[in-house]
Amino acid sequence: MAARRNIPVGLLFILCSLTFLIATNTHETTSTSEHPDKAVNLPEKSTETGGQTTEQPAVEERQWEPTEFQEETVNDAAAEKQDATPPETTTTSAGAHPKDDFQEELVIRPLQSGDVYASFQFRTLWETDFMKGNKVSHYRLFPKSLGQVISKFSVRELHISFTQGYWRTMQWGQPFMPSPPGAELWVWFQDSVTDVDGTWKELTNVLSGIFCASLNFIDSTNTVQPSASFKPLGIGNVTDHRFLRYATLPREIVCTENLTPWKKLLPCGSKAGLAVLMKSEKLFHSSFHSQAVHIRPVCQDSECTTTSWELRQTLNVVFDLHTSGQGKREWSLFKMFSRTLTEACPLASSSKIYIDITDNPQGEQFELTPATHLLSQAVVLGDRRTFSVYDLTEANTFGSMRSLNLKTRPKSGGYIHYQPSKDRVRPHLLEMLVQLPPNSVTEVTVQFERALLKWTEYTPDPNHGFYVGSSVISALVPSMVAMDTNNTKERPLFSSFFPCKEESSYFVRIYTEPLLVNLPTPDFSMPYNVICLTCTVVAVGYGSLYNLLTRSFQIEEPNPRLAKRIANVIRRLRGVPPLA
Amino acid sequence: IIIGVPLWWRTTETYRAWLPVSQIQELANLELQLSADVEVVFARGTVTPEQQKKIPLTLSQDDEHVVDEDTSLRYRYETRYRTATIMEEDALNQPTAAEADLSLHMLSESPCGSLVVYVVPESTSLLPEDVEVYIGQRRTALLRIGTQMRVGRTLDQLLDHLEPRIKKLLQLMSFSHTDITAALSDRVRLSPGNKESIADSMRAFKSSPGYEITFSLLNPDPKSHRLHWDIEGAVQTFIQPLLTKLEPLANFSIDSQILYYAMLGVNPRFDNSHNAYTLNADSLAHVINPVEARLGSNAASSNPVLNFLLYVPDANHSPLYIQDRKKQQVPSNAFHSPRWGGIMVYNVNSFYGPDVAFPVDININMAKVMGVFLAQLRLLLGVQSSTPPPGFLVAPCGSSGLADWELDRLMWSRSVENIATATTTITSLAQLLDQIGNIVINDNIAQQVSSAVTSLQLAVAELESGNLGFALQYSKEAILASERAFFDPSLLHLLYFPDDQKFAIYIPLFLPMCVPILLSLLKIASEVRQRRRDKQTKTD
Repeated sequence: MAARRNIPVGLLFILCSLTFLIATNTHETTSTSEHPDKAVNLPEKSTETGGQTTEQPAVEERQWEPTEFQEETVNDAAAEKQDATPPETTTTSAGAHPKDDFQEELVIRPLQSGDVYASFQFRTLWETDFMKGNKVSHYRLFPKSLGQVISKFSVRELHISFTQGYWRTMQWGQPFMPSPPGAELWVWFQDSVTDVDGTWKELTNVLSGIFCASLNFIDSTNTVQPSASFKPLGIGNVTDHRFLRYATLPREIVCTENLTPWKKLLPCGSKAGLAVLMKSEKLFHSSFHSQAVHIRPVCQDSECTTTSWELRQTLNVVFDLHTSGQGKREWSLFKMFSRTLTEACPLASSSKIYIDITDNPQGEQFELTPATHLLSQAVVLGDRRTFSVYDLTEANTFGSMRSLNLKTRPKSGGYIHYQPSKDRVRPHLLEMLVQLPPNSVTEVTVQFERALLKWTEYTPDPNHGFYVGSSVISALVPSMVAMDTNNTKERPLFSSFFPCKEESSYFVRIYTEPLLVNLPTPDFSMPYNVICLTCTVVAVGYGSLYNLLTRSFQIEEPNPRLAKRIANVIRRLRGVPPLA
Repeated sequence: IIIGVPLWWRTTETYRAWLPVSQIQELANLELQLSADVEVVFARGTVTPEQQKKIPLTLSQDDEHVVDEDTSLRYRYETRYRTATIMEEDALNQPTAAEADLSLHMLSESPCGSLVVYVVPESTSLLPEDVEVYIGQRRTALLRIGTQMRVGRTLDQLLDHLEPRIKKLLQLMSFSHTDITAALSDRVRLSPGNKESIADSMRAFKSSPGYEITFSLLNPDPKSHRLHWDIEGAVQTFIQPLLTKLEPLANFSIDSQILYYAMLGVNPRFDNSHNAYTLNADSLAHVINPVEARLGSNAASSNPVLNFLLYVPDANHSPLYIQDRKKQQVPSNAFHSPRWGGIMVYNVNSFYGPDVAFPVDININMAKVMGVFLAQLRLLLGVQSSTPPPGFLVAPCGSSGLADWELDRLMWSRSVENIATATTTITSLAQLLDQIGNIVINDNIAQQVSSAVTSLQLAVAELESGNLGFALQYSKEAILASERAFFDPSLLHLLYFPDDQKFAIYIPLFLPMCVPILLSLLKIASEVRQRRRDKQTKTD
């Protein structure tokens, strides 16, 4: 869609993180160095390591004992606090204003190609400050594991996405949340962090544990610090790119084991609310699957006096209904997810399903059952679109629902930032700020040289090729439809992620396909062959030398020559006297 | 050959830094000496003035135990005798023992690891009638002089009479042999003694430089119960004083979370006789399995985690009670699991009527909950509240939840435990490096090892001289350094470079080279045989 739209004036950043010479040699060492397997081969210490590695012995061995305690041990302490602790009561009033808030949302948009795009968004807002430095931290809706990560590593913003499949912009239009194939992680650190690289390394290791992904393969060879793109999405005016780290792992394969920890971060888990629909066998049987976690500080109110932390979990799926729907263009929640919704998450303050009916204003193309009279208009990606809204928090919802060939040059005034790579230390980074004239095609070509890799740097499947991460295009696209820039106003979640500074333009980020580069793969048995061959040559030389040195040479009686002997044999057969 | 052999040697050599092997071997034979300072103060009316002059100033007692062939223990009590000062006399004249204890503490603060025993006369009003010994909140104890001890007895008799009781007191207040051997369990395989003591020693967490305490509120039914708990205030009031007291032992960090839709792994059975749901003690082991998956480990540190779960049963399964093995309801409705944490069931169904509109807002009584958790925390940290012998009265611990002498006791056993663990780690590392020649020993590992060894020696020396605080400090350093050396990843680099690979590399060279050598050897052999045969024929 964006490709067809004329872009009269736009700002374009291209970020190519060319990681041709990714040294992948550290796979084994990093994995062992971070998690040393304590029990390996250390018989002497087996009793002790047994106590340490298995800090939680098998459950059956645990001895459960009833706790006996004397009331009086705490009574004095309790007495001091007696008036402060309210007696247990059932208060019917809501009590104190909750400091955290959870919203969930599902957008379903039938695409022109006949596929169906489903986008989940879960947002947890928490009015707290991770940076205060007090050690006690109490979590209610916000997941504890992520909160600890934020406070330990002084993270200002964290964006992580796992994507399987490529988003076909030509057929499907723009996604609400763009993401490159594979894994992408970009983090803004607080400016109090001194050793950004060390923190980044530790953070990736911890995150790979949390999300069960191989993020621990992120090292200096595939990390860049973009200087013009990837500005912070939350509040805060630190734009010094020293505190930004960006890395992609295009090889990363996303599967169920990444979804399960992601679902665990939701307050309701997959027990209630929209997350019930996330059945992994259906989600991964789709043309496109992308899950992401975004953490950033946002304003609490329009004056922005207090900040709160926002955790957004998004999951975007494109279902290919042609293959499963026997050619019929009808869909239902059950058909897509093989589950139906029964209740909203009781912790959510809003739980809604939006269905895009912009292309179907009069209902001539498809019909929604049950019909809803709630309509909502939202401006998303510079387009005003109409949605049917089902509010899951209202009880009556559930009664019914089941079921160009012109090359352009960048004009002067553009910005080019190029950071050449160092082999095995850091990747290439090319950032360009260009203005695109309308109806034009811009090509950016990068030449590279192939180099030989060390034999330990090849992946286990070198014939597959080496991935080069997606290029990223971030643009502000002007739009006819005026945007509401007040971020605190009640808006559907899918339209409120990217902050907008101007009313007449919207922000898009486009990821290109990752590049698969075939490098010549050597025959890995070659070193051994070479050893064998040279050894044979040496051995032959040695043998002849040895013979030369040890044999004693004597003049023997000259034997009759072979031809002569054969001739004699023949002569004897013929009865002719032999030759002398 | 002159060039080749050294070159080959140099290139295939593994780097191995020097280790203090002899000192490590010394550490393998561990002789620990624990010394405690004891001050015995005679109050007025316990000794006659003539006896006062004859009181020996100091007396030291040694007590030696051999635990196994490598480990031996020696306990030394340095006892000093003196009479009470006027100020102390005033303090002892307070109406109650607790006040006397407090004012004695104000007078002089005894250092960590030492004890002061006040011998008070028979007719004192401080102690109730049947109480012989009163143990205060600090490091003081009051000892009533026995009834049979009249003033006229000689001093030796008096001391002889006091000694067994002082010793009993010391074992309660500073360290006892069972504690110390339990702390050594890392090093010494204990003979399978009685089950009770093993359960006791297994319950407490291992010594570690830090602990993470996690309180989790499990709400399986957020649709009907909206739970509010003031965990922040409760931690400040109940838990924090204890942890501040325990600061010399380890660092603690506390967090809490609320987990929704967290189900127990076992379906509780409805019990008609109690009109309640019950959980059996046998099924408790399976209860937390599904919960544990959601508890999550602390992502930011690798310290052991103490989990405290507060489970509020859902409306359909309330009330829920835990039964022990004798089919009795547990009064606290709480259980703890050794080295894991505790779980408490908190029934809320009595706070609302049968026809209430869900969801119900419920404030949880944190004093009740924290009382249970505090008791569990004390158990899990190894603060044993061993039952005092008859005639002993232990003062209730104050707002901090831990008396000074309890802390000392814990510090004694933790220092010994740290030393034991660090010595085993270091000796087994040395053995391992000795056995497997392929392991690279880097300089930093050698440095860690030697710093661990020095810290260990210092810790042992400090224990010997009775400086408990320093001993604990050094033993912690030793354990950190030794663990860092032991688990250093660089040790593993060349570990998996097996001999058959080397063989495979060398064989293409050596096999063809062997052929002519072997052939010529055969030839020589046959020639020798031929020559011998020739000689035989000649002699014949």
